[in-house]
Formats: sequence, C-alpha cells, structure tokens
Amino acid sequence: MSMQIRPILASLRKHRIPAILIVLEIALACAVLCNAVFMIGQRVSDIRLPNAIDQAGLSSIEVQGTDPKQAGDDIPRNLAALRAIAGVKAVTAMNALPLTNYTWNGGLSTHPDKDMLNKRIVGMQEYLYTAGGGKALGLKVLQGRFFNADESAGSKLDSFMPAGHVVLITQSLARKFWPHGSAVGKMLYLGDKFSYTVVGVVADVLRPNRSGQGEQSFYYSAFFPLQPNDSALSTYVVRSAPADRDRVLREGIKALSTLAPNAVVKGRTFSDIRDKYFADMRSMAWMLVLVCAVMLAVTAFGIVGLTSFWVGQRRRQIGIRRAVGATRGQILGYFRTENFLLSTAGVLIGMLLAFGINLYLMQHYEMSRMPWYYLPTGAVTLWLLGQLAVLGPALRAASVSPVEATRSA
Amino acid sequence: MFGYYFELALCSLKRNKVLTALMVLAIALGIGASMTTLTVLHVLSGDPLPDKSAKLYYPQLDPRDLSGMHPGAEPPNQVSWMDGMNLLKAGRADRQALMTGGAVAIQPAESAIDPFFEDARFTTRDFFSMFDVPFQYGHAWGKAEDDNDARLVVLSQRINDKLFGGVDSTGKTLRMGGKDFRIVGVLDSWRPTPHFYDLTTGNYSESEGVYLPLLTAIDLKFPFNGSRDCWGNGTNADMKTGLCTWMQFWVQLDTPAKASAYKQFLINYSSQQKSLGVYQREPNVRLRGLMQWLDYSKVVPSDVHLQLWLALGFLVVCLVNTVGLMLAKFLRRSGELGVRRALGASRGSVFAQLLVEAGTVGLVGGIGGLLLAVLGLWFVRMQPSDYAALAHLDLPMLAATFFLAVSATLVAGLLPAWRACVLAPAPQLKAA
Repeated sequence: MSMQIRPILASLRKHRIPAILIVLEIALACAVLCNAVFMIGQRVSDIRLPNAIDQAGLSSIEVQGTDPKQAGDDIPRNLAALRAIAGVKAVTAMNALPLTNYTWNGGLSTHPDKDMLNKRIVGMQEYLYTAGGGKALGLKVLQGRFFNADESAGSKLDSFMPAGHVVLITQSLARKFWPHGSAVGKMLYLGDKFSYTVVGVVADVLRPNRSGQGEQSFYYSAFFPLQPNDSALSTYVVRSAPADRDRVLREGIKALSTLAPNAVVKGRTFSDIRDKYFADMRSMAWMLVLVCAVMLAVTAFGIVGLTSFWVGQRRRQIGIRRAVGATRGQILGYFRTENFLLSTAGVLIGMLLAFGINLYLMQHYEMSRMPWYYLPTGAVTLWLLGQLAVLGPALRAASVSPVEATRSA
Repeated sequence: MFGYYFELALCSLKRNKVLTALMVLAIALGIGASMTTLTVLHVLSGDPLPDKSAKLYYPQLDPRDLSGMHPGAEPPNQVSWMDGMNLLKAGRADRQALMTGGAVAIQPAESAIDPFFEDARFTTRDFFSMFDVPFQYGHAWGKAEDDNDARLVVLSQRINDKLFGGVDSTGKTLRMGGKDFRIVGVLDSWRPTPHFYDLTTGNYSESEGVYLPLLTAIDLKFPFNGSRDCWGNGTNADMKTGLCTWMQFWVQLDTPAKASAYKQFLINYSSQQKSLGVYQREPNVRLRGLMQWLDYSKVVPSDVHLQLWLALGFLVVCLVNTVGLMLAKFLRRSGELGVRRALGASRGSVFAQLLVEAGTVGLVGGIGGLLLAVLGLWFVRMQPSDYAALAHLDLPMLAATFFLAVSATLVAGLLPAWRACVLAPAPQLKAA
C-alpha cells in the first residue's frame, strides 16, 4: 500500500480542485456531524434523567375552582374518596409535581439571617404534601426517616413557607449544603422566622422545571409536611400498580368530579407528564438524527459522483496499468487508498472545525463543552463512509479491461 | 441568447439524469432544511404589533430591598401592585395599562358544556386601545368600570364560539368563579406573536380567553397565573404590598421626547419613593421599547437558533457537494465546449452558458426545496411546542427561498464554469 502513496499524491496534485472539494466536503460533514451527535446525546441524557419517585405507578388529578375556604373539608373528603377506589395503594394531596412546570420556589440556608444580606440562600423547589405523601410518591429514603403523624398534622402554610419545623431534602441538595458529612439532624433556615430540622435525605427528585444554574440544581427539591386544609394542595397524587393505573385515574377523576360538580377536574398519569415535559427535546433529537442521516447520504453521493468522474477520466491510464501487469485488487486498492488519504485530510480539518463550532455555540447558547471522544468517533464514521462510497466507482475502475489502453481516450 | 442557453442546459441536464437528479436533490434538501428553520425563526422573532410597537414601552422599577444587591443589576421584570397603581394613577403616558395573568372557572348556563378553566387577563381598560385589539361585537369597558369593581367581561372569539356559537353575546350574562358577569365585548381573532405583554405565561402562548377589569378580579381573589418574586417579608397572601413584583405595566408614548420625559419621571418617582423610605435602593429604572424588551427577554428559544445553524451547515455541505458534481459534469464536456470555442464562441459566452445551466439546476432545486420546506413546516406544526402552530410559510419567505436557491447554485456554479471555460480548446479537440 505504501508503495502506492507517491503516485496517488502525484495524481492528486494534478486534480487539485476535485481533491480539495472532497476534502472540504468531508471536513464540513465531520464538523456538523460531531456537533449534531453531541446535541443528540445531551438531549437523550436529559430525557433519561433519573427521578426517584414511582414514575410508572403515579397519576395526578388537579382540582381547580373550588372555594379556598372549604379546603379544610374538601381535601380530607377527596382523599378518602380516592383511597376507596380498588387498586389504590396510597394517596396524598400536594402543591406541585415534578416536571409539571408549576414551580413553587423557595430558599433555604444553613444560617439564620436577620440582616437579609445572606448570600448562602440556595434556591430550591418546595414540595408540600399531606400525611403519608412520602410513601404515596414512592420517595426513597437514603438516610433518616419520613415525617411522623404529629409532624404532618401540625404544619400549616404561613404565607409561602410551611410553619412546621421538619424537612426532607434530596441527596443533591444535602451535598450542596453539607459537602462532607451527614445532613440528618442538621438545621436549615429562611430568615429568622423559619427553621427546619432535616429528618431525612431522599434519592434525587426532579423539580417542576429546570431553573437555576448548573446541572445539579435540577435536583434541588425539599419536601415539607402540611395538614390537609390549604387550597395550595390542589394536586391529588394517586399511587397504584402500573397495570391498574389508567383505570384508577379514570375512576378517580369521576369520583372527584361527582364530589365537586362545579370544579374543573383534570387528570394525567405521571408518564404523560414526563413525556410532555421532554416532548420538545425528543422532537429536536429526532430532527437532528434526520439531518445527520441526510447529510451523510449527501456526502456519500458527492464522493460517488466525483470519484466516478475521476474514474471515467482515467480509464485509459487504468487500462495501461492493467496491461503492464496490475491486478484488479491493486486498482481497487489504489482508489481506496486515495480516498483514505483525502478522508484523513478531511477529518483532520473537520475535527478542528467541530471544536471551533462547539466553542462558538458554547459562547452564544446554553451549550456545554463537547467531550473529546466525539471527535475521533465522527472521524471514524466519515472514514468508513468514504470507503463505502468509493467502493462502487473503484470496482468499476477495477473492471476496466487492459484493452482500454489501446483505445484513444 | 438566454433562451438558447436555456435549451442547451436542458439538453445537457437530460443527458445525465442521475447526476442531474443528485444535484437537484442536494440543493433541494439544503434549501428545504434552511428555509424551514429560517421561517420558524422569522415567525418567532417577528414584530407582534408592526404598526404600534415603536410607541409601546415597558417600564421597570427596582423596589427590592438591599439583599443580594450588586451594581449594574437589572431591575425586576415586573412591577409590584403599589408601583403599578401609582404609575397608573399618575397617568403620565398617552395610554397605560396595568395587568396580570389569571385563570377563571367558567360555569356555562347550559349543562351541555362542562365547567372549564380558562386563561384570563385581568387588566385596566387601555389594554384594548393601546394594543389595537380588534372587536367583533361590543367594546371595551370604560374608565368608571375600571375603578368600581364592575362585573364585566370581554370574551375572545374562541370562547364566544365555544359558549355562544359565535353570535353576538354582548349583554348576556356569564357565570365565572361562582359570580355573574355581563359580557360587554367580543374580540375578533387576535393572537400577537410573541405573547409580548406577559412573557411569564409563555413566550408564544395563545391569547387569553376572557378579559376582566383588574380590580374586580383581584377583589374576588381569582387565581393568578404567571410568576411572582417576593423579598423581605413579602408573601403570597397579601399581593397588594410593594414587596412582590407580579404585574405587567405597559405605556404608550407617541414621540421619543415623551419617552425620555417618561424615563425621567420614573427616576423622579424612584427617588421620591426612596426619600419616603419605601424604596431602599438608588433609582434603577429601565424603559425598554417593545422590540427591545423581547430582545432582552430572549424570547426566541435557543433550540431554534441551533436548528438554524445546523441547517445552514447542512446547506453548505450540500452546496460543496453540488460544486463537486457540477465540476465533474462540466469538465466531462470539455470536448463539446472545445468545439464551441473553436467555432468562435468567446470565453464569456461559454461561461454564461454554463451559468445558465447552473441556474436551471438552482431553479428546479428551489422548487424541490420549497416542497420540502412546506413538508418541513407541516412537520414542525405537528410538534408539541407552543409556537408550533405558528410555523407557516409567508410570501417574503417564499420569494427568499427561490432567491437563495438560485443565487446559491450560481455561486456554486462559478468555480466549475470558470474551470471549464479557461481550458484551451486545442487539446480538447485533439483528445476528442
């Protein structure tokens, strides 16, 4: 093979423009491919973000438009009605659920502050639930415990923070406050008015939407107990076996609509909530896949077109080589090596270009740095594509008969 | 001459159908992808009120306490109840409206329609005249009704169609949140894009279904929709303090002079509030025009920008590909071109002939690209995002498609045509 490189370079020097075009085409395709695949990867990992609640078994029913003054009667009555449905394992009333875009943002700090100049306040999602909510959601306690009955019964909403004194926080939030050591038993504050003891740490639960800075902040959630008498608790969460889920949801909606005929009752399974939240990302990912596929096809056809032209132009030379003893394999090898050389030049430029595009996107859009392994992966893909595209024309070249040498062009 | 070249081009294109099809397809795909994304961007970054936007401004004040203050910080994106009311009562602008998003439970009289929740706008009356909102029936409410808790409502066309089958419903009564409201007006179809007057309820959300006087809705404690920022001891419970920002305040200022005067008024107002001890920070105001406000709020999703970049990258790949294919095609015809040159055609005319051929490919590719863009936009409309329904091709974008396709192919044809026409005719004739 190495014997062939010099004549190939010599012939490429004669066909500079088509050679440059192939290199350019491969370089551009490589640059766009690396970035597009990276964007696909980011979206796929978002769509798959873990969320430690019983995602397959939960349904949510929203009740809106009831009299807030009646909440103390309505909520226990609604909870009882839902609990009575066959197949229901647990129920709770909440203020919001993950990935619903209905945020309830609060802030907590490890220090009480009177001067209000506290920079240590960490923004987080406040999830409020009635007694038994931890089990209903399927939270996974990593350390500590759920709330006990007294803690749940004693907590009211004071303006927008619960007046109780206990909180459950996610693992990510615990690590943010106390990077070393356990969080259980420690205190969290908001101003000098609210203070909470961390009774447990649960596996990471997502917020209603991505807010705040950094990847990890999507997991900054805290859970508070609340007694069932506040109109903020308008989301009923029902847990059942996944097989019963759709029926339980239908019956639940029916039960609550009957109890509150003038209210607006809407239900969704948590799977639907999650699908809807990530729907944009999913369609963007598919669009990227489509563009990549079409672009690779276009590039391949371009290589086929140019190499075919090339082969057509050199039929006589190929014939001469065959006549003086070159085998078909050698002719095939010649065109494949040529393509390999052009692809190598192309992917080298392409990787640089891909890196540059990534830097530009990072500066102007919310984009993170592309891990290095995307570059060689893209390069190998284009190498393979080049070899595949050149195969047809190269085979045609190899089938040129030595007689061709005697014909004039 | 052009006609003859065009004929020659068609002949030549017909001779090698596969190569021609590849070129046309590459152009069509590149143009289709670019035009789809460009159209989406064009629609999303458009002016919601082209006739009015230059006169509309969005004042921002900074009533927050000293916590977390740093120099050069932007004031909050909304105003507090207290500031909103003060500015509204001052009435320094040509028109002004204070508003917030909300939701109401609509309880239709006929039992055929189940009660449902509808997005509402709680606003003062200038909303309608300031934003040139078109009325189908009736009119907006008056100044007096703004102040005295009147139980009045203006419906959107959509809700009027749903509840009253599209007939003139003004004067009728509608039950909402357990209270009766008299319908005074019905809007014509109206959907400003983006939903500029309140971005907290979604950048491209649909217009609300019902419009109520602000004070009426707040006093009835109808549910609120949007975002709310509180500080110090501000709470959700009493929204009428100055410690939470949650409302939008818009003003119409007919001349630039009035705008700068209004900005001075905002600064004076802030200083006065500070000297009264209400504000703690130094005056920190903004008076952005409508388009500036949209720009500042970054309403166009960054995915849309990324898609555009990707599509343009794809178009470049397709064009480079076309350059290569065209080069192959033109050089293959060196013999024929040599004959033309030998018979007396100048370089210029050979060049022109080849460019006409390139342009023809561009034109056909443009038609293909247009079809693909129409298909692509249909696909975008199937998507779940709230802006999806807006993705339609308009006339300027249609013209742009052809312009882009033909000019891009001509540029792509320049190099191959030049290479082909500078070949000396003699060797070509000899070889042929």
